[in-house]
Amino acid sequence: MPSPLVEVRNVTKRYGALTVTRDVSFSLEAGEVLGILGPNGAGKTTLFNVISGDVAPESGHVLLSGVDVTKLRPHERCRRGIGRSYQIARPFGGLTVFENVLVAALFGAQSAGADANARAVDVLDLTGLRSKANRLAGGLTLLDRKRLEFARAMATDPKVLLLDEIAGGLTEHEAAEVVAVVRSIKERGIAVVWIEHVVHALVAVATRMLVLAAGAKLAEGDPKDVLASADVRRVYMGIEA
Amino acid sequence: MNWLDTVIQGTLLGGLYALFAMGLAVIYGVMKQINIAHGDFIVLAAYLALGIVAATGLHPFLVIPLAIVVFGFFGYAVQRTILNRTIGGDILPPLVVTYGLSIVIENALQQTQSADPRSIKLGALETASVPLGGGLAVGVFPLVMLVTAIVVAIVLEIVFNRTRLGMAFRAVSDDREIASIMGVRDKRLFGYATAISFAVIAIAGVFMGIKFTFTPSLGPNFLLYAFEAVVIGGMGSFWGTLAGGIVLGIAQAIGFALNPGWGILAGHLVFLAVLLVRPTGIFARTA
Repeated sequence: MPSPLVEVRNVTKRYGALTVTRDVSFSLEAGEVLGILGPNGAGKTTLFNVISGDVAPESGHVLLSGVDVTKLRPHERCRRGIGRSYQIARPFGGLTVFENVLVAALFGAQSAGADANARAVDVLDLTGLRSKANRLAGGLTLLDRKRLEFARAMATDPKVLLLDEIAGGLTEHEAAEVVAVVRSIKERGIAVVWIEHVVHALVAVATRMLVLAAGAKLAEGDPKDVLASADVRRVYMGIEA
Repeated sequence: MNWLDTVIQGTLLGGLYALFAMGLAVIYGVMKQINIAHGDFIVLAAYLALGIVAATGLHPFLVIPLAIVVFGFFGYAVQRTILNRTIGGDILPPLVVTYGLSIVIENALQQTQSADPRSIKLGALETASVPLGGGLAVGVFPLVMLVTAIVVAIVLEIVFNRTRLGMAFRAVSDDREIASIMGVRDKRLFGYATAISFAVIAIAGVFMGIKFTFTPSLGPNFLLYAFEAVVIGGMGSFWGTLAGGIVLGIAQAIGFALNPGWGILAGHLVFLAVLLVRPTGIFARTA
């Protein structure tokens, strides 16, 4: 059997006495969209940090196409195909929108010259940022910052894209735009892991859902089944079953 | 005192200070680190050039390209083996480690080169001058220093703003963690930045060795001039740093003209005045 595209195997991460991620495992194939739900402090972002290499786990492994990348530095993981966005958008404020994306295309996707330019323009089109390409990223609105997070992550030519609350703080209409973009990414054969509190946005595109609570996996499966499960309704939505 | 002449001489001296400062500005700009040993590396470069001149008999100006290459690789090695270990986290370790390097370099030079003053001889060029008319003349060598400083500023502006390396420098300077997530090899990039800084140090060291008589203990003075020029000019562009060096040079020249004991003091006073009135620097790009 071929290895899954991404495999997270028994990952545990502690900060001092606090265990923020507890023996979490899941795997993902190309073209899947895995939605991750969980209350604040459930360890969702920490899980992303472990996958992207921002933090090292106490135990467990992260595998990309069967290759263990747990010990690799973030830039090496990026070049192997792990792209991510951050919950709080962190554009390079002193660079233009185009340069922000070009850095990702040049160094993350390791494309050169005209290829890098073409890739940058492609993701700016995808995210609707093309008309703002020459503005300094530091002056963007919240929505455009989120778009740029998205664009930069895409420009690294990821095999798997980790999206951290990309629809948070957006209007209904803007969230629908984000869903449309995620759907088009999925159609390109890229695997997506999406942490989101805006449940209806997640349900609209997720092929599978995973729920975390207190660092541990509470449920995983078909989005409708997961959302209907009594445990999830109690922990996440505060509804007594 | 002839004001015009004083300002011209100060401007030319400022070219040397700008060269001191631009190397410091590269490292600060990319890594937000202050290299306390910066001045000692300038002195070390002067001793290296002196040694090459003595061994080969080459003209000092022809030694510059060689010194740039040697110091460029040296800078890369220093960053990768020593300074990278101090990055990321507290601001103190880079300061302490480069301060330690400063002490090591100064003492090693005292041991091996003695404390006797040295200088690099330029021959006939040392006194050659170009008449400007009206009784004014500028020395050929000081003019070479100023022109070189302008060329270095142009080259650094191009590298930082027009190349993919420069874009990576700016990205890493902005947010190292994110740059890394975008695939930028941060530690290697820091090595390149220090290599560039040290290439500028090599040029500055050779010119300093020609301009001044030097001893192993002068490093901290040059660090101070470099630092003052960077602060006066303001961060954000190498034009600002060049201008800062020139302002410092003019201030010192006017001070010297008023009273031979006041030159250095006048430079410090201008530096303090800028810190008080416009702490971001005269030519800073304000956001």
